[in-house]
Amino acid sequence: MRKITLILLILFWGWGSNAQNIEDILNYQLKDEVKTELVPATFKSIMLINSHTTKLPDKGEWVLLISHRFGNFSSGFSDLWGLDLATIRLGIEYGLTPTTSLGFGRSTYKSNFDLFAKQLILRQSVGEKSVPMTLALLGVANITSDKWPDDGRDYLFAHRMSYTLQLLASRKFNRSISLQLMPTFVHRNLVATPADHNDILAMGVGGRVKVSNRVALTGEYHYVLPNQTAASIVNPLSLGVDIETGGHVFQLFVTNASAIYDAGFITETTSKWVNGDIRFGFNISRTF
Amino acid sequence: MKKLILSFLLFLAFTVLYGQKYFTRNGYVRFFSETPVENIEAKNYQASCIVDLETGEVVSKMLMTAFQFDKALMQEHFNENYVESDKFPQAILKAKIVNLKEIDLSKSGINHVVLEADITLHGVSHHYSINGTAENQNGKIIAQSSFIVKPSDFEIKIPKAVENNIAKEVQVSVKFELEPLKSKQ
Repeated sequence: MRKITLILLILFWGWGSNAQNIEDILNYQLKDEVKTELVPATFKSIMLINSHTTKLPDKGEWVLLISHRFGNFSSGFSDLWGLDLATIRLGIEYGLTPTTSLGFGRSTYKSNFDLFAKQLILRQSVGEKSVPMTLALLGVANITSDKWPDDGRDYLFAHRMSYTLQLLASRKFNRSISLQLMPTFVHRNLVATPADHNDILAMGVGGRVKVSNRVALTGEYHYVLPNQTAASIVNPLSLGVDIETGGHVFQLFVTNASAIYDAGFITETTSKWVNGDIRFGFNISRTF
Repeated sequence: MKKLILSFLLFLAFTVLYGQKYFTRNGYVRFFSETPVENIEAKNYQASCIVDLETGEVVSKMLMTAFQFDKALMQEHFNENYVESDKFPQAILKAKIVNLKEIDLSKSGINHVVLEADITLHGVSHHYSINGTAENQNGKIIAQSSFIVKPSDFEIKIPKAVENNIAKEVQVSVKFELEPLKSKQ
């Protein structure tokens, strides 16, 4: 009798499992399905503030970038706290493949042209194949088209050139926090003083904290390794806010740098935060 | 005792054969938002679905990140700003076939199917009555449907700046090819 009861119990249990929620059966069918997913949207824009990010335009996309840096706040009323002055960069970046982009820009600072290429090496992902960070390599060539000073020296075309090689390593820690490290090598064919080295090494760090779906606080700092530059050169520090609306990203910030290309703002920034020599700036990017 | 074991095994076989369920993991779901400003289309080829023809129960699940858009930026905005896929990765439909008695999938021909469905997406559930068709094609069930959802049904907020870019009513089209579910055990 006990055996029969047991069998009956098993039978009822069988019935129970048959009548179980079909959602469980669906989940059971799907349970061995683990896919690799790329972590999306580590940064909203191709630019952090002054620096590039590991975000690239998608294949075939154009990103137009308009950047402004006003004058120092400390310039006072006569220049309306810097708003009368501006350096500008107009830039464009094109997605050649999902992992390669090419771009160029023109800055009023030193009448500089920049040509650059960004290559993704590794992309942060989760799932079957888990990769902890995104790595990209950035190469920039700059040509200044400023008139040479009339000082009797022989200037060569090569003197117009400077170069930046930068590794961008970013990680999205969670939906709001993303950080990026930027070890940077800058080579300048011509420098201003004997104290300035032609080759400069720097370490940049930056990131963002999203405060809502469309608004993020951003910051970045580049530490130029000591004894490479003239005493007047300081490290660039920038703090800002990103606002995203549809295809546009508006980036508003304060910074002590006035150049808007890597070799410029990393090695030629002279304004000090402690003196209030900071300026308002913005980037507007539009994806086509 | 042997008889009992035998009857138990028979019972198992019976339940496996009789509980006729159909399943797919490659269902196609498309949504389309049409406005004078722009059209937005996204396709998901990885929707899963199970149908129990005994009880008329239907459950379907899909990952929001599996929706593919023409533009990568649209896909990013969809996941980041609208459906918040990191918080709510899946859309789930739980439905009951209301006209189960009228459906005969043993012979060829198109059956009209009416579903009373709860769709959960972006952490919000909404009830829909969905009309569709089902057809037996060589042992597979081809299920198709088209219906309207509203972003507001799921408390998806659309900022003023892009109000005119996203339709108030979004067309959803579904095509599932369901195969008889073989027990994995």
